[in-house]
Amino acid sequence: MKLPVKMTINGQSYSHEVEPRLLLVHYIRETVGLTGTHVGCDTSQCGACTILMDGQAVKSCTFFAVQTDGANIMTIEGLAKDGELHPIQQGFWEKHGLQCGFCTPGMIMSVYQMLERYPKPSEELIRHQLEGNLCRCTGYHNIVKAIEWAAEHMPAKK
Amino acid sequence: MATVAADRLFGKSIKRREDPRFITGRGQYVDDLKLLGMTYAAFVRSPHAHARIRKIDISAATRHPGVVAVFTGKDMTGVNSLPCGWDLRKEKKVPGVMQDLAIVPHMPLTSDAARHVGDPVAVVIADSHEAAVDAAEKVQVDWEPLPAVTITDKAAAPGAPKLHDGAPGNVAFKWEIGDRAATDAAFKGAAVTVKKRIVNQRLVANAMEPRACVARYEDATGDLTLWVTSQNPHVHRLLMCAFVLGIPEHKVRVIAPDVGGGFGSKIFLYNEEVVCSWISRRLKRPVRWTASRREAYLTDAHGRDHVTDAEIALTRDGKILGLRVKTTANLGAYLSTFAPAVPTFLYGTLLNGVYAIPAIHCEVTGVFSNTTAVDAYRGAGRPEACYVLERIVEAGARAAGMDVADLRKKNFIPKFSGAFQTQVAVVYDSGDYGAAWDRMLQMLDYRKFRAEQEAARKQGRLLGIGFSAYIEACSIAPSKLVGALGAGAGLYESGKVRVHPTGMVTVFTGSHSHGQGHETTFAQIVADKLGIPIEQVDIVHGDTGSVAFGMGTYGSRSASVGGTAILMSLNKVIEKGKKIAAHLLEASPGDIDFSGGEFRVKGAPGKSVPFGAVSLTAYVPHNYPEGLEPGLEETSFYDPSNFCFPFGAHACVVEVDRDTGNIKILRYLAVDDVGNVINPMIVDGMVHGGIAQGVGQALWEGAVYDGQSGQLVTGSLMDYALPKADMLPMYETDRTVTPTPVNPMGIKGAGETGTIAATPAVVNAVVDALAPLGVDHIEAMPLTAERVWKIIQGAKSAR
Repeated sequence: MKLPVKMTINGQSYSHEVEPRLLLVHYIRETVGLTGTHVGCDTSQCGACTILMDGQAVKSCTFFAVQTDGANIMTIEGLAKDGELHPIQQGFWEKHGLQCGFCTPGMIMSVYQMLERYPKPSEELIRHQLEGNLCRCTGYHNIVKAIEWAAEHMPAKK
Repeated sequence: MATVAADRLFGKSIKRREDPRFITGRGQYVDDLKLLGMTYAAFVRSPHAHARIRKIDISAATRHPGVVAVFTGKDMTGVNSLPCGWDLRKEKKVPGVMQDLAIVPHMPLTSDAARHVGDPVAVVIADSHEAAVDAAEKVQVDWEPLPAVTITDKAAAPGAPKLHDGAPGNVAFKWEIGDRAATDAAFKGAAVTVKKRIVNQRLVANAMEPRACVARYEDATGDLTLWVTSQNPHVHRLLMCAFVLGIPEHKVRVIAPDVGGGFGSKIFLYNEEVVCSWISRRLKRPVRWTASRREAYLTDAHGRDHVTDAEIALTRDGKILGLRVKTTANLGAYLSTFAPAVPTFLYGTLLNGVYAIPAIHCEVTGVFSNTTAVDAYRGAGRPEACYVLERIVEAGARAAGMDVADLRKKNFIPKFSGAFQTQVAVVYDSGDYGAAWDRMLQMLDYRKFRAEQEAARKQGRLLGIGFSAYIEACSIAPSKLVGALGAGAGLYESGKVRVHPTGMVTVFTGSHSHGQGHETTFAQIVADKLGIPIEQVDIVHGDTGSVAFGMGTYGSRSASVGGTAILMSLNKVIEKGKKIAAHLLEASPGDIDFSGGEFRVKGAPGKSVPFGAVSLTAYVPHNYPEGLEPGLEETSFYDPSNFCFPFGAHACVVEVDRDTGNIKILRYLAVDDVGNVINPMIVDGMVHGGIAQGVGQALWEGAVYDGQSGQLVTGSLMDYALPKADMLPMYETDRTVTPTPVNPMGIKGAGETGTIAATPAVVNAVVDALAPLGVDHIEAMPLTAERVWKIIQGAKSAR
């Protein structure tokens, strides 16, 4: 049995018929073909699949695609506008906040919401907020620096 | 050989050129690949730690909708065992070493018995991943469960369940290095001797990207392409073609595209990529397999798992006289690709550390157990050696009643360059151990810390400091030497420099980047040497179809070995360029200098020709030197004359909560000496990540098997404690620079320092913190709050 599902991803609308058990992350990767969102575990620990759903950072492995019918989703591919990197992306680049790059898309999408909630986070707050995103390469030091850089360079809210 | 001057980009922290694709979600990892007609593989794995296979019934699985085929080990006729690439057999005589290895079969799909939980016995191929996984559950295996053994120091005990016919008593090998008689004599006369049991627990590498492969066979041409998460695609190809499948190497192309971390675990040839390659040839359709994290825990080679009895002998005033080490190393159920090398030649040969130790003897027994195979994990043998040495040195200092920092300093090998012969075969390249140590103490303000600690202790607070002065063997390594020690492969590297007619440059390196940043650092070397903008340089790696050959990336060898191969080719390009330039400038090649991207006639200002004009001439050779071949492309293979030996001094300050046993890291300091550094930002990042993994082992990580059932109880990220951001501090890092004389750029290697140094520093700090309670040793890691709380309670009740 397949069910219809319709959603907006990075401003473009998609509609498919999918199995009810299809996870949102697999829908994004395999059905839609946006492979920047990664799968690093099977227990919702690693955070590599983090996306924004209606403005909320969520792990896309924790939803079935059919549950998110009608959602407005942004993935890592939708963050840079007209080739212009978002300050969070720029921060990760400036401060060497990535090595292998596998956790990075999820990290960045998670930080997006972090900085919306806490525009000037302390180191302690950054580390606490990053609890749901694992990185095995950087030891987090430069990820913290990258987020601090991004916080400093975010455009002022209108 | 002279050291290259830091003229332009060498030594500069330029931003990584690979990052734009990663931060925008455009990296290309294996699992991102989708091919027309692709099928999906799901493996059927043993739920038992040890069980005989009576029968496998695939009929229901075969009938499942969407299933293309189901295979078991019996179908794979003509396929051989996965090879063990390091031979420690007795016949392979190594001077100064005693050894004997039992080589046992490791079939891609086992058909007689399963020897660990997760051992693959069958595979289902289907049109969709879902269908493959569903059908795999319908494969009926008639198991006859057998008794299992998982515990390291029980695996070779009398009466332990036997894993392999070819390995009586589950002993994989016995290996000895050093001078037994001299060591015995040193201990006899010693005023102070200390013996401790030191356990280095089993770890799981946990690269964030799970292993994956896509195999595509093209029937029309007979070509097989394998995309695989590999640190060394040429090694994968060679082992798979020559040893397992017996297929022609030149018809196989192995591509390791963007790879999401390795840490050693993606060096080895694994069952799944061999099986998928074999099936793709058979079905003539592409096959994709991606490990779930649970599969990664069960099948990625694990690391460490040593039980050691270590003894140190000292004079009354703290001079080290001798070291005796007896280790049991758990190799798991099978011999992984380089498994026998890790607890022997990468371990015993590092026990000299940074100290002048007159006598050392080390014996290692490798044992089989019903666990996942153990092989290299970041540091591979060297962290185990450093851990033993740095823990027993501190135990020795306490027994001698000396300050742990003073005792170390007293025993350092004095500064040298060229050669220091250790007691355990290897010859160090250059070292200034006191300099790194002094810098670290200065950053720490050691005496001030001890005063603060004293004051804190009076208030009942448990503050501690731990050190580690480490050495590692990097830049692996001279082929002749490793060949004599049992390696099945050479350990050189290749680097090809292709100068295009317009002066743009493509470099093909046998090193592989899975986070190391080669597209940046190698381009820094090229841009400097050729005097061209870095934008004109492209680095290609990870593809046997374009790279000449490669031994790959591990053992901190990319910059020092792979980088040197590129440098050699650059020199050849410049030499040829000088001939072309000389012709154009009507001078003799001996009179041409090359710098800043210009070929110049010596002593004739204004007589010059730019690099781009020379490259164009090489491809449009109308006005060209007689007898010189057109084109500007050079390939070099670099085989180092020795290992390089980075070193350094790390310190960790902790506070232990005496009520909960919880540990807080207050400071972590690292002074590393990795020789000359191409990109300090990238090296700092390597150090940070290494420290996190080393701290992870000390405090949280550990692969735990249930002793009864043999199940891996830490088989997911819910159960295996990978360090998170809020568990770690900021790291205070610095460097001293002692270039190696081994390679022309003076680079030693920087990939593993933190993993090697951090673990003993942290554990030593906790022992120091608990010293007021009478604790003088902790046998096992990780130092979870529970374990520390129990130690505190035990110390209290003993008083």
